[in-house]
Amino acid sequence: MATRDEIIKVNNLCKYYYNGELKALDDVSYSINKGDVVVVIGPSGSGKSTFLRCLNLLEVPTSGEVIFNGVDITKKYHIDKDGKKVRQNIDIHRRGMGMVFQHFNLFPHKTVLDNMTLAPIKVKKMDKKKAESKALKLLGRVGLKDRATAYPIQLSGGQKQRVAIVRALMMEPQVMLFDEPTSALDPEMVGEVLAVIKELAESGMTMVVVTHEMAFAREVGNKIVFMDSGKIVEEGSPEQIFDNPQSPRLKDFLGKVL
Amino acid sequence: MFSSAGFAKTWQYIQLFKEGLICTLSLSALTVFFGFILALMLALMRMSKIKPLSWFATAYVELFRATPMLVQLFIIYYVVFAKASLPNFKLFGFIRFERFFPGVVALSMNSGAYLSEIIRAGIQSIDHGQTEAARSLGLSSRQTLTEIILPQAIKNILPAIANEFVTIIKESSICYTIGVQEIMYAVATTKGATYRIAEPLLIATAVYFCLTFPTSKIIAYFERRMSRGDKR
Repeated sequence: MATRDEIIKVNNLCKYYYNGELKALDDVSYSINKGDVVVVIGPSGSGKSTFLRCLNLLEVPTSGEVIFNGVDITKKYHIDKDGKKVRQNIDIHRRGMGMVFQHFNLFPHKTVLDNMTLAPIKVKKMDKKKAESKALKLLGRVGLKDRATAYPIQLSGGQKQRVAIVRALMMEPQVMLFDEPTSALDPEMVGEVLAVIKELAESGMTMVVVTHEMAFAREVGNKIVFMDSGKIVEEGSPEQIFDNPQSPRLKDFLGKVL
Repeated sequence: MFSSAGFAKTWQYIQLFKEGLICTLSLSALTVFFGFILALMLALMRMSKIKPLSWFATAYVELFRATPMLVQLFIIYYVVFAKASLPNFKLFGFIRFERFFPGVVALSMNSGAYLSEIIRAGIQSIDHGQTEAARSLGLSSRQTLTEIILPQAIKNILPAIANEFVTIIKESSICYTIGVQEIMYAVATTKGATYRIAEPLLIATAVYFCLTFPTSKIIAYFERRMSRGDKR
């Protein structure tokens, strides 16, 4: 039974490609509580991104369950609180999960402000004026208020990613998912983006972060998950994982990246 | 071949060429408009997850691209519209609607097949990350298409659509075979009345060239300007 604070529960999640020849996710189970900052680390091709993308069904798992707020979102139908069978609408669940991508994925034909207000206006039917003032407030928080009317092409990588983060925040998600948010950035811009993510973590936002930034993982994460070959090999607090690794695979990995 | 007497005779019928020009332009503009709407539907059907829709669109496109325009035009005019009694009023006072309309239908159906492939390529050229970002924000697949994918795709393929307009201006000449009073119809009529062919053809050539050459130059200019804005 789910605990009161549990937001996402993943049960026996599998994602196979080429009829099972490639197991990107191999029987992964994990539980994320409110306020958790889960940092997923591991070598390339270990299934970190696939795991993250399965949480909001950008990747449809081959089998297993993703339970978000008590509802298994992988199923076509769910039973609501009145006991009625209702068709699942993934769009509604996705509003509760913000996502930030490695390549920012800002909409190039819209200004920063329009990028941010599009979903609140179209999906939440928010008033345009209200959405814009909210967007400006968030832009102020990440130091980009003066860039509101710029197009994505006019921004640096770091600025783009900060916009992408506040664009996701516009929907007031319960969970934020970060898919290697600094991997496509110039080294000198990594800091400004990590600072924003860190501030967000400190504000109590529940987050799942896939990253290669080990120092950041240690500093910000309260739970570290180490994945390899589609499985969770080791999990624990930052101290357990970084100072006292158990499995030879994790020791080997940390030896190479630290 | 050419003679000043011949030109003098032909010039008496210049009104036919002016009308032909208006007719050719209306024919082409309407064809691009309806062809584009048809093409958009075909492209979306072809990319649809619903298999029968996709099969239908694929079959349509392949059929229209694999058969001659003239055959399609004759089938539309002599077979499909054979029994239909179209209102026989005159557009702009001279274009016979009952011939013009089947011409627009045939050209649009043909052009729709070609344009749909251009649109499909345009949609597929948009980075999949755009769809993922939109969907992750909670936009439906329909909203993602109309708000994110199509605006970018159509901007990318505008030059190709404009080129299709140039192609249609030229190809619409085939409609003279069903008696649509476009430029080639003016040539045929003038020939019948004056027994001159070289001079009317020369005028027709000049009119077509003056239509298409500047148009394609203007397109090329905008194409260059637009691609400049996209450089990162």
